[in-house]
Parts: sequence; structure tokens; C-alpha cells
Amino acid sequence: MTDPLESATGPRPPQAETDRRSRVLMKGNEAIAEAAIQAGCDAYFGYPITPQAELLEWMARRMPELGRAFVQAESELGAINMALGAAATGARVLVSSSSPGISLMAEGMSYMAGSGTPMVLVNVMRAGPGLGGIGPSQSDYFQATKGHGHGDYRVPVLAPASIGEAMELMATAFELAERYRTPVMVLVDGILGQAMEPVELRFRCPERRAFDWALTGAAGRPARIIKSIDLVPEVLEKRNAALQRKYAEISRREVRWATECLEDAEYVLVAYGTAARVARSAIEKARARGIKAGLFRPITLWPFPSRELARVARHAHAILAVELSSGQMVEDVRLAVEGRCPVGFHGRMGGLVPTPDEVVGALKALHGKVERTRERDREQQQKRQAERRNGQSPHPHAVVDGPAEGAHRVEAGAQAGTREGGER
Amino acid sequence: MTLRTSESTGRAGAPRLIYRKPDVLADRSTHYCPGCGHGIIHRLLAEVLTELDLPAHTIAVAPVGCAVFAYDYLNVDFVEAPHGRAPAVATGIRRVRPEAFVLTYQGDGDLAAIGTAEIVHAAARGERITAIFVNNGIYGMTGGQMAPTTLLGQRTTSSPNGRDAALMGYPIQITEMLAQLPGVAYAARGSIADASLIGKLKAMIKRACLIQVEGGGFSLVEALSNCPVGWGMTAQESLEHLKGPVVDAYPLGVIVDRGVGAAAPGAVRAHAPGAPAGPEA
Repeated sequence: MTDPLESATGPRPPQAETDRRSRVLMKGNEAIAEAAIQAGCDAYFGYPITPQAELLEWMARRMPELGRAFVQAESELGAINMALGAAATGARVLVSSSSPGISLMAEGMSYMAGSGTPMVLVNVMRAGPGLGGIGPSQSDYFQATKGHGHGDYRVPVLAPASIGEAMELMATAFELAERYRTPVMVLVDGILGQAMEPVELRFRCPERRAFDWALTGAAGRPARIIKSIDLVPEVLEKRNAALQRKYAEISRREVRWATECLEDAEYVLVAYGTAARVARSAIEKARARGIKAGLFRPITLWPFPSRELARVARHAHAILAVELSSGQMVEDVRLAVEGRCPVGFHGRMGGLVPTPDEVVGALKALHGKVERTRERDREQQQKRQAERRNGQSPHPHAVVDGPAEGAHRVEAGAQAGTREGGER
Repeated sequence: MTLRTSESTGRAGAPRLIYRKPDVLADRSTHYCPGCGHGIIHRLLAEVLTELDLPAHTIAVAPVGCAVFAYDYLNVDFVEAPHGRAPAVATGIRRVRPEAFVLTYQGDGDLAAIGTAEIVHAAARGERITAIFVNNGIYGMTGGQMAPTTLLGQRTTSSPNGRDAALMGYPIQITEMLAQLPGVAYAARGSIADASLIGKLKAMIKRACLIQVEGGGFSLVEALSNCPVGWGMTAQESLEHLKGPVVDAYPLGVIVDRGVGAAAPGAVRAHAPGAPAGPEA
């Protein structure tokens, strides 16, 4: 497996820059804001909402200092549409909000995806549904990865697990947005937004490119139009097909993930963002108790690292998804695993965060269940062998559809064989 | 379209060129219904942009509604806004393109219903943009439903027995509302009902555009227009209606002209997009 962090961060900064590195304590929201500024953000539009307000406040001070655009909009609708206007002229634009505000931005996101307008949107997730609460949450996973607004579109979603990584990914987000002419979402939860961590002041400003689509005034060239409307179905279908080709290319080229302790892991935790931090602590505790656990951490939630996770699932006894939600990413985990091994879930809702001990508890329960299943499999196999020796025909192989326990059992049995075959 | 002119014919006594279609107006047949006022307003806008030498600097925002296809008729850079959001989109353009001439073209459903917050706050901020507001008192594109500006008693497909104030409230005079705000440099209401009024409307549009060019704040021209199909009238009847009950509810004239002295935060901008980020940290 290639080093996923290398692919996530792109080229390392030159030596001169490395020498100037220093570590400072920064709040997540402020670090993200400054990273965006250093990545060349020309304009920021936002509206106050907890827990992302510090991002807006940082921009309110810094952007005018630098002679760049800052507007506190009348609403999230206003903010996202200001972003649409600024981005349509080729400016590098950042918008941020938290869950309820992101819902209001769905309309603008759909228009930007449809018209190919690059922009970066940060969602500092809080607990829902509705007004919910201001505690950290990952309950906007579906909203972020399954389309967000109306229409057939996708948005690349980057999910950092630390403030330092969030800073790196801001530059990546602008790069992806401009390379593919698409909105890009950076998805963090309230903890990453509010916590303070020591970070390196290491910034990257993606290279500027000339855009042959940007609205700059039609001087000496035909007028340009940025739009998503096409009332002729055949023409609109072609537009959609082009969008889908773009998404296929993003899925092929831009998948990012990270792994930890997977070399000898039998139990794989799948988690992103703050949940991945909890999972990391849980892995140490689990290993101290004899459960060989490792971490698979998606960094792009769309495109989801399905093929990479499927490879991991081939060798795992079981997978446990950990989220700050009722279980949203776990659906993509199951789709990727395709029954290769059992998939469990542990999550907390309402702004609560699972503790490492809770995760270890869930892991132990999954471990016990898998062990019992494997024991049953061994017994049944011995029984079948005995029947065969006694001249009886074996039972026809049961085909089990869906994620029933039986399916897991069959898979677990097959997998044990693979492992004995020494494929690892 | 080619006009026969004395230059082109080269003959003495041939027709003298007194006017020609502005180049910024595209050569194409209209999708608007027969008798609709949008075409007149497009034409006025094209004339004003040309007279002020603005087409090459213009970034315009198209609305949702009948005028969603405005970019088919005006050869300037256009971005399409979601329904009602044109003033926010225009704000974004203005803040990163200080040199551009920024224009929105919106209907009454777009500006005075779904986009109320956007227009009010763009005006309150004194954004240096110009809004052309076409008020025909109806949602034309979706089949003639009641708009916020629909007159009391007016029958529409969603007020089949006529607009009843007790159930549906009163028409909004949004231009007068906006004129209260100190960020509004210019607000006026004209009409397309006859040639003389069309001339006056053009003067209003020109004044609104000039204020933006000279660095003033938000400028708005409301153009009272007709919708013969939606109103269930002939084109001629609709123009008579426009001169009668419509003008009674929406009086014509300049409502406020604060000139370029009105606040315009979008006017002063130092940073051009695309400039490399500084070494600040």
C-alpha cells in the first residue's frame, strides 16, 4: 500500500520553507481559516453559527488586513450565493458553516456542481437533526457524501483527523476544486473546530491557473455563460454524462486514506475525523488485551476508499465502524466489504463522543461473536467430514442473501482457509 | 440584421442612419410571448450598456423566471443565479472584481418574494451593483400564479377568485421599501406602457448604471411590465391595464437619488483575485 499521507498532502514544501517551520498552539477553526488564507483564498463568505464561528471571526480580521474580500452574509443562502458569484469570476473562494447552515447551502452547492464552479466549503458538524445541539457530531455524512442538494451530482469530501491535517487539506481542497471545477467539502466535527493542538505553520498555496471559463467581462472574446439550466432533455443528459465522467475520474484518481497498525491486525476499526482519534486510542487498549486491532481511516469520504478497504477486509476477522452518529459511514463500509467479513458498528449521537473504552467494549463483543462463529464453523466442518466418512452425502451449500449472520459465517470460514493457505 | 444606410449603399439620398440595433443585443428570435415587455427592457439595457461603453466590462446575473434566458439576448458575461439569489451572486462578483460593471435582472417573484432577504441586504450594504427589476405582477414562466406584487382582486392561476387581502395579504411596494436604506444610491420606477414612458425608463436605467460606474452604491430601477398571456389579455389591453390599475398601485418616478455619495463598500478594493498570497503567517 502506498503512503496515503503522501498522496494526501502532495509535494513536500521546499527546504527553505521547512527550515522556517515552527510549532504553535492553534484552535482548529482558526488554523483552517489561516491555512485557507495561505492557500490563496481571495474571498470568504459566511454567517455566524456554532461551532464554526471562530473561522468567520478569523476571516473577518485577516481578510481585510490582506485586502481580500470578506462579507458576513445575511444568511447561509446569501453566503453560498456570494461564493457562486465570486467563484464564477475565477476567484479562490471559501465558505464555512455548521450543519443547519449547510442544509441551507444545499441549493447553492447544487448550482455550483451543475455549472462547474470551484469553491471550498467547510462544515464544522454539530448534532442534529433540526436545530439539534452544538456538540460535535458526524451525522452529516449522508448529506456530505450522497449529494447534499438536488440532482445527480457528487462533491469531493475531505475528512481530516487532526488540526494539522486539516491545514494541509485546505490547499488540497482548493486544488481539487480548481482541477475538476467542482465544489469541495472539508468535513470536520465540532471537536476539530474547537480544540487546540500544536501545529506546524506549514502552508501551501496551489499554483494559479488561467481559467478559460471565468467571467471577467467579454473584452475581445465571445461572452461566457456559467449556468446549469438546459431545457432540452438530450442536451441536459449530455451535460450530466460529462459530469459523471468527471466524477468517475475523481473516483479513480483522488481516493485518499490512511492506515495504522494494519500489518498484523485481525480486527479493523474504520473511522474518520475525531472518531479516528478515539479509535487510535482504542487500538492500543485492545492490543494490551490481546486483540490485534488496526485502523483504516478514510480521508476522502467521497470518493470512498472502497477498493482499498475491500483488500483489507479480505484478511480481517471483522470490521468495526466507529462514528459520532447512528451509523452512516458504516453503510459505505458494508458496500465495500461485500460480506467478506462481519461488520459491526459503534457510535454515539447527540453531540457525545464514544470513549476508547466503549470502543474496546464493542470490539470485544465483536471479537467474542466472531470467535463463537468460527468455533461453530469448525464443529460443522468436522461433522460434515465425519458424515462423509460414514458414506452420507454432504448438505447442499446454503446460499444466504444479505448481511445475515449466516453469510458472515460462510465468509468467515472461507477466510480462515485463505489465511491457512498462507496468502498473507 | 443589416440596416441599409447611406454609408452602406454609398448613394446620395439613401436612408440616413439615425439608429441601429446595439451589437450587444444578439440576433435571434425571442422566446418571450407575443406582447411581452421583457424584449423592450432587454433592448433598453443593451442601448444603455452600449452608450456607456460597458459591455466588455459587464458581468450580469440572470434570474430564475422568464428572464432566465437573458443571456441568450445580451452578449455579455453571465452567471445564472438560483431563484432570488441574484443580489448575493452579484455581491460576490463585486467584491472580487472591483473593475467590473455588475448587473442583476430580476422579476417580481425572484426579487420581491423568494429573494427578499438577498435584495434587502445587498441594498443595506450599499453594494455597488445595479438591479433591473421587472414587475409584471405575476409568475409568468410557471403558468401565471400570484406574485407578491399581484394587485388586489387580480385573478391568477393561484388566486382564481382574485387576490383577497384577508387571505393573501397586500401587494409589496418593494422599491419604496428599499429606498429607505441609506446604502441605496438610486431607486426609480418606470413603465413600458408607451413610447414616452419607455424613453423615461431608459433615462432611469442610464442614471442607475452611471451611478455604479461613478462609484456610487446600490441602484435599482423597477420597470412595470405586462404579461398578456398570464393576465389573460391582448397585448393592447395589457398596456391599457398597465397605464391604469397597475400605475395606481405602483406610482412612477424617481423615488430616491442620493447620487454617488451613498455608501458603497464594494467600491474600494485593493486585492485583485489571482494575486499570489503574501508571505504572512
